Amino acid sequence: MTLRGKVWKYGDHVDTDVIIPARYLDTTEPAELAAHCLEDIDPAFVRSMSPGDIIVGGENFGCGSSREQAPVAIKAAGVSCVIARSFARIFFRNAINIGLPIIICPDAADAAGTGDEIEVDLATGTVRNVTRGTTHQAEPFPDFLRQIIDAGGLVPYVRQRLAER
Amino acid sequence: MGQTITQKILAAHAGRDQVRPGEFIIVRPDFLVANDITAPLAIKECDRMGAERVFDPDRIALVPDHYVPNRDIRSAQQAKAMRDFARAQNIKYYFEVGHMGIEHALVPDQGLVGPGDVVIGADSHTCTYGAVGAFSTGVGSTDFAAAMALGEIWLMVPESIKFELTGTLDTWVSGKDLILHIIGLIGVDGARYKAMEFAGEVIAALPMADRFTMCNMAIEAGGKSGIIAPDQTTLAYVDARAQRPYQLYASDPDAEYTEVRQIDCSKVEPTVAVPHLPENAKPVSEVRDVAIDQAVIGSCTNGRIEDLRIAAGILKGRQVDPRVRLIVIPATQEVYLQAVREGLVETFVDAGGAVSTPTCGPCLGGHMGVLAEGERAIATTNRNFVGRMGHPKSEVYLASPAVAAASAVLGRIASPKELCS
Repeated sequence: MTLRGKVWKYGDHVDTDVIIPARYLDTTEPAELAAHCLEDIDPAFVRSMSPGDIIVGGENFGCGSSREQAPVAIKAAGVSCVIARSFARIFFRNAINIGLPIIICPDAADAAGTGDEIEVDLATGTVRNVTRGTTHQAEPFPDFLRQIIDAGGLVPYVRQRLAER
Repeated sequence: MGQTITQKILAAHAGRDQVRPGEFIIVRPDFLVANDITAPLAIKECDRMGAERVFDPDRIALVPDHYVPNRDIRSAQQAKAMRDFARAQNIKYYFEVGHMGIEHALVPDQGLVGPGDVVIGADSHTCTYGAVGAFSTGVGSTDFAAAMALGEIWLMVPESIKFELTGTLDTWVSGKDLILHIIGLIGVDGARYKAMEFAGEVIAALPMADRFTMCNMAIEAGGKSGIIAPDQTTLAYVDARAQRPYQLYASDPDAEYTEVRQIDCSKVEPTVAVPHLPENAKPVSEVRDVAIDQAVIGSCTNGRIEDLRIAAGILKGRQVDPRVRLIVIPATQEVYLQAVREGLVETFVDAGGAVSTPTCGPCLGGHMGVLAEGERAIATTNRNFVGRMGHPKSEVYLASPAVAAASAVLGRIASPKELCS
């Protein structure tokens, strides 16, 4: 599957408190969470982004709280993919579990700037920066995680496991 | 090749003799923990997974602690969703308001986690229980739902970093100062995906409360877990409360670490992490003269009775600066009652402090002490991210109970040495 979108670039250590501030954690509704996505570091983001846009971060994206509402807010806002140099571990698990595509690719993250047009081939992990004419290769996911990703996330994966019992 | 304590615990729960860092394994956790923010989403996901019953209702704790007593109608709905689920599923360890506490202080104090356990919690500070010698880590709500449904979870075996703490601690230097100092050394991703193993003569002499504080903040260095091998101090704590048999593990002398860091703690001063990352650690002497509007003493990091005793010792016979709001939050009902019995609550109220029922409230900008634009707090909590305690243009400085109490009295960030010899 190929994704294409405009880049929103942020720095290192984008934490889950700025992705979705705790004052909004009194709901589990994705649309309500999406309305406040990244509000505390970029109030313009939700207003100005288009469906399919791509968030690019530096090191340790999604650090801090375990709140799954963070990747849920990003996905429900219409973001197609998050590319970063590295991800904090709980955010990494949560993103895979809920089916938010994430890409670990330091080169692509460093090369991209806000507004760039980027194309991502999720099957091969190839990231093409259309604006700058560069191509980058992401780290492949371990086979174990591919099973969950290919199942469409952890919910369908567990459904299948429970049905087998 | 020998194994670390973390490898040994994980191997035992995966039905294996040994495991290697980087391996993906399926483990059967001994205990699961979630709260009123993470459980409601997990309950929905459990339903979508088609799980009608949890794997074992006696191995799950559900603790309303973030937004209770309910701050508004929406948070009341969330707490109710968890309460209804707990009743329907006969969850043994559901703790209602009046019995509850901040989960990471409550769960070990109730003897629900012990040495050698694997504990999975839908909260990032689940790493706290490493202080009793358990492997303990935080996950999100869908992972938690899967663990409730299946009684198992996939984990990648982490590499370990060993921190050998030597030297003699200066007066007023606590576990909080040590962990802020360590995060300052390695950064907020210095232990990403890794187990942080704390050892050495300083740890051996450290009380349980300080050990909990240190393991609690492993996540603030990106750690998957923090752990301290059980010793006599651990056993004295655990034996007084354990609800289940436990198993003691220790790292082999030839265990493999990605890094072994020797830290001379004699040189560590009371430490403050300045906005907006916990890695911005500075000796308190370098941040004096920063005026504060609020001081918060509490949280899963520093709301234990030992923390309150230290704060009360400084506040006794003194007054909180008139420009400062002091908020003190005992971490559990038992801690609260003990603080009443020892006269600590009287000391706080006499000094002009507000004392609250247990809640995570202000730590995450939820309620009970949210900051306005431009306001600044010193807090014994664990995160000082942008907007963490309220307005995105407010600031949080992280410190120990002693530094927070001294700062409340002086109206600015201060060392306890300025008040007490």
